[in-house]
Amino acid sequence: MTAIEPTTALRPAPGRFRAAGGAGRQYAILGIGLIVLFFVPFVLPDAAQPVAVRTLIYAIMAVGWNLMSGYGGMFSFGHAAFFGVGAYTNAYLLTTYGVSPWISMILGAILSAGVGLLIAYLCLRYKLAGSYFALATFAFAQMFFLLTQNLEFLNKTDGINIPLLPDESWAMLQFEQDNKLYFWIPLVLLALAVAVTIAFVHSRAGQYAQAIRDDAVAAESLGIKVMKYRLITVALSCAITSVAGTFYTQYYLFVGPEQAFGMHVSVDAIIPAVIGGVGTIWGPLIGAAVVGPLSELVAGMLRNPPPFLEFLQGTSGLDVAVYAVLLIVIVIFLPKGVYGTIRERMRK
Amino acid sequence: MTHAKVPGRKRSFFPRTEAARMTGGATIITVVAVALIYTVGGRDAGLITQYVVTGLLLGGVYALVSLGLTLIFGVLGIVNFAQGAMLTMAMYLVYFMQSAWGINLYVAVALTIPLMFGFGWLVQTILLNRLTSDAGHERPLLVTLGLSLLLVNALLMIFGGRPLGVESPVSGSVQVLGAIADIPRVIAFLGAVAVAVALSVILKKSSLGLAIRAVASNDTGAALVGVNVRRIYAMTFGLGAASVAVAGGLMTPFTSLVPSSGEQFTTLAFVIVVLGGLGSIPGALIGGLFIGMLQTVGSLYLPGSGSLLLVFGMFVLILFLRPQGLFGAKQ
Repeated sequence: MTAIEPTTALRPAPGRFRAAGGAGRQYAILGIGLIVLFFVPFVLPDAAQPVAVRTLIYAIMAVGWNLMSGYGGMFSFGHAAFFGVGAYTNAYLLTTYGVSPWISMILGAILSAGVGLLIAYLCLRYKLAGSYFALATFAFAQMFFLLTQNLEFLNKTDGINIPLLPDESWAMLQFEQDNKLYFWIPLVLLALAVAVTIAFVHSRAGQYAQAIRDDAVAAESLGIKVMKYRLITVALSCAITSVAGTFYTQYYLFVGPEQAFGMHVSVDAIIPAVIGGVGTIWGPLIGAAVVGPLSELVAGMLRNPPPFLEFLQGTSGLDVAVYAVLLIVIVIFLPKGVYGTIRERMRK
Repeated sequence: MTHAKVPGRKRSFFPRTEAARMTGGATIITVVAVALIYTVGGRDAGLITQYVVTGLLLGGVYALVSLGLTLIFGVLGIVNFAQGAMLTMAMYLVYFMQSAWGINLYVAVALTIPLMFGFGWLVQTILLNRLTSDAGHERPLLVTLGLSLLLVNALLMIFGGRPLGVESPVSGSVQVLGAIADIPRVIAFLGAVAVAVALSVILKKSSLGLAIRAVASNDTGAALVGVNVRRIYAMTFGLGAASVAVAGGLMTPFTSLVPSSGEQFTTLAFVIVVLGGLGSIPGALIGGLFIGMLQTVGSLYLPGSGSLLLVFGMFVLILFLRPQGLFGAKQ
C-alpha cells in the first residue's frame, strides 16, 4: 500500500498560508461573532432555542472533524466514536460516582483523544490510506456502538438517563429547560474550539500538519515527523468532538448507543464541514448554521404547505431528503463548500 | 492530472497466484473452527448443523450484495455508500410490482434488474462522472452518502415507515445435510452463485468485460486505445446496481421491508468486500459466505448484536494484517 496520498479534493484554495497577522484578524472576527451571537437568545423565540442549541452541538462536532479531516487530511468516517466516548464518560461517571460534568468533560476529552490516538496510530502504522482509512474509522465507531449495546455497566441498549435535579446547578451543569445558559455554554465551548483551531492552524505543528496533508513524502524528506504531527492533529480533533458529546448528554439528559455511536452521528459531524467548506476556519460554522435549522424549516413548511406541495403533508423524511440533495449539489458544484467558494471569488 | 486510483495499483478481478492458497487457508480455518465447535463447543450437534446451514444461506445473500460493491470499487475506486439504499430500492420496486400489478415475485425480480441497471447508469452519468476527473475518494463517497440518505427518505415519503411483507409464490422447506432450509433462502443462495458466475463470464469473455478490466487496471491507457471510459464507468455502476436488484428481489420473501432495511447490509458488505479484497469477485463470494457463517454460528455464543462484534473484530484484524484482503493483489 502506498503512503497516504495528498487529498486534493479536500485541499483548500492555494494562498491560504498567510503571515502570522492572519491569526489576529481571525481572533478578532471570532470575538465579534461571539458578542453578536451572545444576544441571539434575546431575539429568538423560546421554541427556537432547542434548534439553536442543536446547531451549536453540530458546529462543535464539525469543527473537531474539520481539524482531523480538513487540516490533517485524514478522512474520518467514525467521529461518532469520539462523540460517544465523551457522552458516555459523562453519563457513566455522573450516574455512578456523581462526578461533575465539567470534570467529565475534561476526562472524556482526554479519553477520547487517547482512543483517537490508538485508532489513528494503528491505521497509520499499517499505512491505511484513502478509502481504507475512512472504512477503518467507520468500523471502530461501529464496534463502539455494538460494545455499548452489549455492556452491562453501560445499560446495554437502554442507554443512560441523567437524573433530573430539583434545582439548577452550575456544578452539575443542569438548568431549567429554557434557561439561556443552555445556549451560552455551548456557544463559549464552540468559541474555544474555534480558538484552538485558529491557534493550531497558525502554530508550527499546524503548519507541519498541513504540509503533511498536502504531500506527506515531501514533508518527511524535509525532516517533519509525519506520524507525530498527524497524531497531534487527531488528538485535538477527538478531544473537541468529545466535548460536544458531553454537552449533548447534559442537554438531552439521556444517551443511548444510537445517539452516541450511530452512523448518523458521524454523518452529522461531516456534513456541516463539507457544506461550509472543508479545511477552513469558518466553513464548519457556516455549514452548521445551514444544516441545523434545516429540518425545523422543512417541518414548518410542511405544517402550512404552499398549494403545489400539499401532497407532501403528513409525510416524514422530507427534511433529510432536502439535506441529502443539498449535500450532493454542494459536493458536485461547490467542492470547496459555501464559505470556501465565496472566499475564493473574493480573492480574485 | 492526478487520478482517483493509486498509480501502479493493479486491480485484478481474478488473481490466480495467491487465490488458491487463500481459498485453501480460509477453508481449512473454517473447517477446523466448525469441527472445534462440534467437539468442544458444548452445543447440540443438530443445532450446530442448523446454524451452519443457515449461516451459509445468509452468507449467500451477503455475497450477492457485496458483488456489486466490489465491482464498483474495483473499476471506479468508489466506496459506494448507497449500496444498501439501492438494495432497499430494489426491494420496494419488487414489492410495488407485486402488490400493485400482481406480478409473480420472481418475474418482478427479473423486471427490476434492467430498471436498477438504468438507475445505476443514471447515477454514474449524471452525478459521479462529474467527479471522476479529479482526485480524491472523499467526494464520490460523500455523493453516494447523500444519495443513500436521499433514497431512504424518498422511500419513507412514498411508502411510509410501516413494515411491509412480500409473499413468495413458493414456500416450504427442504432438508440440507439434516438441517431445515427455507426454499426462498435456497433460491436466494443459488441466485448469488448465478450472479457471481454471470459477472465472471461477462468480465472474462465479453468485449464489455475486456473494456471494464482495461479501465480498472489503467483508465488513461484504456482511453488511449479507444475505450470510452465514462461509458464503461456508467456500465459498471449499472452492473453493480443490477446485482443488488437480484439480491434485493430474492431477499424480499424473508425480509421485513422498511426504508432502512438495507442499511445494515451496506456495513456488512464493506466488511465482506475488505475481507475478500476490494475489487475481487471470488473474494466477495467467499467473504460473504464466511461472514454469514461467522455471524450465525457466533450467535450460538454471543446473543443479540454480540455476534456482529465478532464480524467487526474480524474486519479490523483484516484491515491491519492484510488490508488488500484475501484475494487482493499485493501492492
